[in-house]
Amino acid sequence: MAASLSTAVSAISGKFKVLKKTEFRGETTLQVERAEIKELARFCKEQLGFTYLIDLSGVDNFGVEPRFEVVYELYHFADGLHLRLKISVSEDELEVPTVSDLWATADWHEREAYDMYGIQFAGHPELKRILMWEGYPFYPLRKDFPLAGRPSEMPDVAFSKPAPLAGGPFVTVPSTATTKDREPRSREIV
Amino acid sequence: MPETSPVAYDSKIEGNVIITQLDAAMNWMRKNSLWPMPMGLACCAIELMAAGASRFDIARFGAEVMRFSPRQSDVMIVAGTVTYKMALAVKRIWDQMPEPKWCIAMGACASSGGMYRSYAVLQGIDQLIPVDVYISGCPPRPEALLEGLMKLQSKIETEPALREQKRELISSFSDTAN
Repeated sequence: MAASLSTAVSAISGKFKVLKKTEFRGETTLQVERAEIKELARFCKEQLGFTYLIDLSGVDNFGVEPRFEVVYELYHFADGLHLRLKISVSEDELEVPTVSDLWATADWHEREAYDMYGIQFAGHPELKRILMWEGYPFYPLRKDFPLAGRPSEMPDVAFSKPAPLAGGPFVTVPSTATTKDREPRSREIV
Repeated sequence: MPETSPVAYDSKIEGNVIITQLDAAMNWMRKNSLWPMPMGLACCAIELMAAGASRFDIARFGAEVMRFSPRQSDVMIVAGTVTYKMALAVKRIWDQMPEPKWCIAMGACASSGGMYRSYAVLQGIDQLIPVDVYISGCPPRPEALLEGLMKLQSKIETEPALREQKRELISSFSDTAN
């Protein structure tokens, strides 16, 4: 039972190791140990009542060690509580225990994280690519993967070629400049 | 009053005979009964549906018979973003369509990849199959599709119908001859 988020957090920190606790705009994020995530997820669901997994996603902090993160967004329907759990995953050990046996919705979310970042979810019932085709050799959401893509060839299945970017990538430039300067457009054409 | 030969004149068939060329007759029949293969892959397909519905009514141009079997269709309307994952499926359906066949690339994505300069998107369906008409727009309005269809009809009019009967087959012969 968890009537408020603070009691839930103290219940978690009493049983598990919380590396870092962040509060931002009323949202609580707990950085936890990768080895404990499975037991912690089970505790959150079965003891604390976080019955709903809103989302599970991967993050690539390219250039930072450990490189990857997996983020779990939990929700408590009865009390309206939202809790975010984060674990760090290094590039050498890309294996994370699955939570798809706790929340069935994690099945496809974990497949997406595997497809885009190459994070392996141990114990997943069917860990195969969900967006790209089976056999595609790259993980396209990694920061060192170019937006234009890389060539690949799988006879009778699919192929890919780099896209012409012509002054791109056309992405919004993060700055305090005007909308005109920030908008996604080719910088070569004046 | 000039004399007319009774042999050359048959009052029973007068007015029911049109003399034309075989190519012209075949082209006339083909262009006014184009059965589309709707390859709807993204939002362009919504406009394609609108073109098929009552307000715009693609039936006015003889192309209302949307066939979901490639074996029965004449023109593939590629309406939407062709991802690399879908590309070979589109090519396979194109290969299953009997000759003569035509292709309309509807919208920016099907023509050139559009705004998707991305690792996942084929940069124009013309990299895989021959395209007869490109339609600009993102998505094009139904009028633009109808205009494209009329452009295709006028293109068909100029084709040598008999020679175009088995385009790919004949070109494969000339490839082996060379």
